[in-house]
Amino acid sequence: MTTVANPPTESGHGARRLSPDSLAFWIRRASAPVVLAIVLLAGSVVFGGRFASALNFGNIALDSSYLLLIATGMTLVIVSGGIDLSVGSLLALSGVLTAYASRWGSLPAVLVPLGVCALFGLANGLLIGRARIAPFIVTLASLLFARGLAFAVSNEGNHVYIIPAKTVLTRLGQARLLGLATPVWFALAVFAIGLVLLNRSRFGQAVFAIGGSEEAAELMGLPVARVKILVYVLSSVLTGCAGVLVAAQTQSGLPTIGEGRELEAIAAVVIGGTLLSGGTGSLSGTLAGVLLLKVIQNLINQVGTLNAYYQQVVSGTFLIVVVLIQSRLARRRLR
Amino acid sequence: MTVQAIGHRERADVLKLLEAAGVYLAIVLLMLFNLAFTPHFATVTNLRLQLVQVAPVAIVAVGMALVIATEGIDLSVGSTMALAAALIPLYIGYGAGPAIVIGLLAGVAVGLVNGGLVAFAGIQPIIATLGLLVAGRGVALVFANGRLVELFDPTLGALGNSAVLGVPISVLVVFGVAVVAGIAMRRAAFGRRVLAIGGNRAAAALAGLPVKRTLLTVYAVSGCLAAVAGVLSTARQGASDPSFVGLLIELSAITAVVVGGTPLSGGRVRIVGTLMGALLMQLITATLIQHNLPDSTARMVQAVIIVVAVYVQRGRSRA
Repeated sequence: MTTVANPPTESGHGARRLSPDSLAFWIRRASAPVVLAIVLLAGSVVFGGRFASALNFGNIALDSSYLLLIATGMTLVIVSGGIDLSVGSLLALSGVLTAYASRWGSLPAVLVPLGVCALFGLANGLLIGRARIAPFIVTLASLLFARGLAFAVSNEGNHVYIIPAKTVLTRLGQARLLGLATPVWFALAVFAIGLVLLNRSRFGQAVFAIGGSEEAAELMGLPVARVKILVYVLSSVLTGCAGVLVAAQTQSGLPTIGEGRELEAIAAVVIGGTLLSGGTGSLSGTLAGVLLLKVIQNLINQVGTLNAYYQQVVSGTFLIVVVLIQSRLARRRLR
Repeated sequence: MTVQAIGHRERADVLKLLEAAGVYLAIVLLMLFNLAFTPHFATVTNLRLQLVQVAPVAIVAVGMALVIATEGIDLSVGSTMALAAALIPLYIGYGAGPAIVIGLLAGVAVGLVNGGLVAFAGIQPIIATLGLLVAGRGVALVFANGRLVELFDPTLGALGNSAVLGVPISVLVVFGVAVVAGIAMRRAAFGRRVLAIGGNRAAAALAGLPVKRTLLTVYAVSGCLAAVAGVLSTARQGASDPSFVGLLIELSAITAVVVGGTPLSGGRVRIVGTLMGALLMQLITATLIQHNLPDSTARMVQAVIIVVAVYVQRGRSRA
């Protein structure tokens, strides 16, 4: 398989040998940052200081931080050849549990949702890794289950739990450090750890190997099931972190949030050049994909006259166009 | 042969039976439970209501089953329903017939875009149809200006609320769609092609099958069926509501297909099973609601049913 031959390291694609395959790989990965640069430039030219201000960029960064947390986990899952549809519902569940548990103090308010999310990840991982049920089905079921649980905890959505102000918890979501909100720093730290984990660790190599060819990975003696379980636990826990931060920032837990977030995260990962078929991809691409989605959303918001419905039209069309360009470019170079 | 061996074989037979007829068995058990414990369950009104309620999901699920048989997926069905619903009030002035035809054509158009992206551009189905999931509802809301429009057309009203020989029209449509799809998949060359592509696309192409044309057709059929569901929902409600019609129906449809025994890995399809899968999920929800359990519990139970159903059928899908 060509996908396995692709060097999984961030710097490994290099210019040593410009085989068509590595070129296609490079284009797939580099297209998101290039488009991002173009969009940023165009936005600054058209909207000037209204777009290109520290305040607005800070907002984009905060908005991106939650998605980046989720998409980092999603990248691991997709590189391993799977998919995680449960993240949108888990985001809501985690937020609801954070708000619910905040009555007992800030520490339980963080630990309870993360623990529950870890259990969801464990269940996903066991059903996928050990029982060998298709990831799409398993995580579709946990999408339903987590959303149901979120509604059950909040009395069918009739009760919104409020987080008391000025606690350690709310500071976690609202404080600022060097001009950026804490969730941004947290997301960047997680992203950095993810980079090391995926590209410089045995675990990361195993994730790539399993995504490339599960059979081969098994024959090489890799602990396939264990790696898969860990991947899904990580995805769920990172989503849980995002849920805690969202709840801390908004001081409440709503069971309705996060619907469709799984699709947004998948879109960010794919725009970043990671293939859904697994075995190849990069976290840096995902970062560019996340920023690209959020910058575009922000730009659409800048056009005050454009109503919300056009936003969906533009986002959907944009996703298709980017993926179309990527596949066209990659194919042309291959010939 | 030892006793142990016979016991073992019997257990294997039971498993095989569960694999092959699990959905039907589950429906029968659920019906028996309801007959025994649910008041007013076995009334014509209630049974008819259940069938009418499941009709849109069942129709969408049949299209989804075809797509899944090609190893694809169609996430855009809910948005396609919304698009068809949004177009009806714009053209109802020309009569119900033309308005419905335009709605259906829009569904076919969405399907052709999906199919084009998958077949010709080589984009993964989940991403191609995700784009239209997002964009499609946006277009529908732009058309409708985000508003719910009440419709008072008598023909459309009849389509939604009348029955032929006691059978609601939407249920008849489900049967019609299922029969045509069943024949196309079992008896026609088209069905063979679909399954061949789902089994091994490269091999199908090498064997000289018109892979791209078939894929295009399958996605167009799925889009058209989604539009049919959108029209029927609109007719039944007596209003076009593009914000909410078909919301998250892609998940219900995929669930119905999978619970009905069609593997996501393609190359195999069960049309009747798909209908039964949709019916099973509907009956579970109805049972729980009639016993005063909240919606949230219904979702959690559905989640468990999905996993159990697929786990039981796993042997066959891997064989």
